[in-house]
Amino acid sequence: MEKLDTYCKNTWCPGCGNFGILEAVKQAVASLVKGGVSKENFVLTAGIGCHAKTIDYLNLNSFYSLHGRPVATASGIKIGNPELQVIAFSGDGDSYDEGICHLIHAAKRNSDITVIIHDNRNFALTTGQFTATSPKGFPGRSTPKGNPEEPFNPLELMLAAGASFIARGYTGKIEHLKNLIIEGVKHRGFSFIEVLQPCVSFFDNYQFYNKTVYELKTHNFSSRKEALNKIKEWDYLNGDSKIPIGIFYKIRKPTYEEEVLKGLNPSKIKKEFPLKETLERFV
Amino acid sequence: MKKDYSILIGGAAGEGSRVAGLLGAKLLNKLGYRIFIYDDYQSLIRGGHNFSKIRASEKKILSQRRGIDFLLALNKDTIERHKDNLGKKGIIIYNSDKMKDRGIGIPIEKITKEEGGIPIMKNVALLGGFAKVIGMDWKIAEEVFKKELTKKTDLNLKIAKRAYRETKNLIKIEKLDQEPLSLLTGNEAISLGAVKAGLNLYLAYPMTPASSILHYLAAHQEEFNIAVSHPENEIAVINMALGAAYAGARTMVGTSGGGFALMTEALSMAAQSETPILIVESQRTAPSSGVPTYTGQGDLFFVMGAGHGDFLRFVIAPGDAEEAFYLTGEALNLAWKYQTPAILLVDKEVSENTFSVDKDIEKKVRPENFLARNKKGNYKRYKDTKEGISPLAFPGQKNIISKATSYEHDEFGISTEEEKDIEKMQNKRLRKFKKMAQEVEKLEAVKTYGKKNSQKAIVVWGSTKGPALEAAEKLGIKMIQPIFFQPFPEKQMRKALKGVKKLISIEGNSLGQMEQVLRCYGIKPDNRILKYTGRPFLPEEIEERVKKII
Repeated sequence: MEKLDTYCKNTWCPGCGNFGILEAVKQAVASLVKGGVSKENFVLTAGIGCHAKTIDYLNLNSFYSLHGRPVATASGIKIGNPELQVIAFSGDGDSYDEGICHLIHAAKRNSDITVIIHDNRNFALTTGQFTATSPKGFPGRSTPKGNPEEPFNPLELMLAAGASFIARGYTGKIEHLKNLIIEGVKHRGFSFIEVLQPCVSFFDNYQFYNKTVYELKTHNFSSRKEALNKIKEWDYLNGDSKIPIGIFYKIRKPTYEEEVLKGLNPSKIKKEFPLKETLERFV
Repeated sequence: MKKDYSILIGGAAGEGSRVAGLLGAKLLNKLGYRIFIYDDYQSLIRGGHNFSKIRASEKKILSQRRGIDFLLALNKDTIERHKDNLGKKGIIIYNSDKMKDRGIGIPIEKITKEEGGIPIMKNVALLGGFAKVIGMDWKIAEEVFKKELTKKTDLNLKIAKRAYRETKNLIKIEKLDQEPLSLLTGNEAISLGAVKAGLNLYLAYPMTPASSILHYLAAHQEEFNIAVSHPENEIAVINMALGAAYAGARTMVGTSGGGFALMTEALSMAAQSETPILIVESQRTAPSSGVPTYTGQGDLFFVMGAGHGDFLRFVIAPGDAEEAFYLTGEALNLAWKYQTPAILLVDKEVSENTFSVDKDIEKKVRPENFLARNKKGNYKRYKDTKEGISPLAFPGQKNIISKATSYEHDEFGISTEEEKDIEKMQNKRLRKFKKMAQEVEKLEAVKTYGKKNSQKAIVVWGSTKGPALEAAEKLGIKMIQPIFFQPFPEKQMRKALKGVKKLISIEGNSLGQMEQVLRCYGIKPDNRILKYTGRPFLPEEIEERVKKII
């Protein structure tokens, strides 16, 4: 298999869900490279948080961006050079709180990037505060009496925003997650992959997920109604309801880059533009 | 007597006074006059009062003046507001369907209607009448109308011609023996300067007075072979821009103070990740929402100090359209040469006023090369070099792994928290900042004008250049204009100040921000003249206020 590790020392907590995501990404990239995607064409972005360390550990092109902004950075890379395969890593605090506008709008414009959300349902690198997907009552350090807010369902939000590929994976099922990532990268358009990631230090819900997670059987991917029904099976509360993982929704529609660039590759134009005629028009 | 005319065209918003202003200017441009147009409008779509003030002069001018020679009124309000500035021999040309006044009334609404035009075409009737009043040959006027009115040309010509025929001639504005020039707004000049310097991508979120860069480049993106994107907000604009630049696209963004405030977190990332980016910041009256469609020079401190952490950026402040053109090109080149943010600081006056621009201006700009990767060895995005500039390579290139980052990093781009690494990388960037400062001293970073050996001097920046230059020439004193503010061209400034015994700083803000920058370098102006009414200085105003001091 393609060697994708760097010399960077791993500093995630032993047992962290991020290890599962890292492994799934490595396998997915190796498989895609084997399938003919050039390794040099992969570009990763990340926000700030535990998730972001992923790109220090991968020997691939990357832009380690700002908290909440990796989706915007990724969208910019893709419009700068549409030949690149751009994957944005982000966390729940990163893209469901700080930078949610970019997530919604990248989905809306169908930017041809893949977004992988490491959803551990708390701010972990800042030692445990509630995020948009923490359950109500979550005892975070900023809300010692419990999170006063109800979580939202990010998949439902993405469906409403116009994402053309919506999936959910689980760090406990690496092979399944690997395949979702491969499908997401291959999909032309905005691919959204939410990954349930237990946080051993601040929100350890391995047992809960192991009990409730189940793999979706195939269905009509282009049906919004079917997708919504399946998305609504679990609303990010810690009850007894089952949690479906897999692909919920997938349609093909024009990407932002197809619409805006019309075949242009901004990074490849290096010609001096003469202005004589243009200036003449201003006389 | 010097041939120098001022024409004010005014009406309510939506009546088309701005378009009429440009059309009027084109008539005088055709006669060989050098043009300046000041556009005054409010933050509303209908109603209120908008006007364009055209100045047409034998020699190049960069400012309006107080007096008016021709007052072209689409409504009564225009006359009420401006008649006090009308000279003794001033002529009022008005819409006689709406009012009665002294001067020349033209039934522009009646003419437009009878000829089968739509209401907005009354402007064409007004200008047709104006051409007659000033004794312009119909054949010449017709050429201008034909060139400018590309939609429904025949109908427009019919309206213009009838108004011309039915209006009487009063004076003769002579045709000059010089070629007409291109008339560019500062924002058009910025757009073209960037295109000439190899712009690939422009990103922006609309904000007055920068929006017309977005509009112009969006309308001409195919012609210029560039991409234009308008994302969800300024935070997305700058972060996408940095992504695109990292991918190899020469990218520019544009905004005003409020939008730039949203960009500052990523400005810091541009510096840390050493990603080239050109940011146009066009100031308006602030703080906060301020007065959106009026001007100010209150963001100098802000752009110089924006972003958290220890870093320099280029801050460049052009004062007219020609400077805006070549300095935009220069700024884009500098951003790439030094892999760093460059800020072009303009204001509503530079952005939206219209200027006559020299034909050979395009020779002043060409895309320059940046330091590219040497193909030998493993690529390190942040290679520690003698001059602090690391060779650039882009994702997608063979055998390249390019790791850019907002974190402190090692040479390859992996995050680090080690004391030694942190110091080493900051030292690398410091060497680069030193090179940037040396580069600025090699460029024309401070300009001088007027009587160069005068012991009395005024120092101005940005759009204040235009009105101040006229005042300085009239008073026979020296004028100094710093163009670069960061890195600051200290040597050039000292040279410009040689022999100056009395120095007056003049700027469009209330705290004297440029003056305070000068004080950081031990340069102490003796007096200051400030204006913060949202309106630009007038040459007469500067002349009067300087006279009181010297």
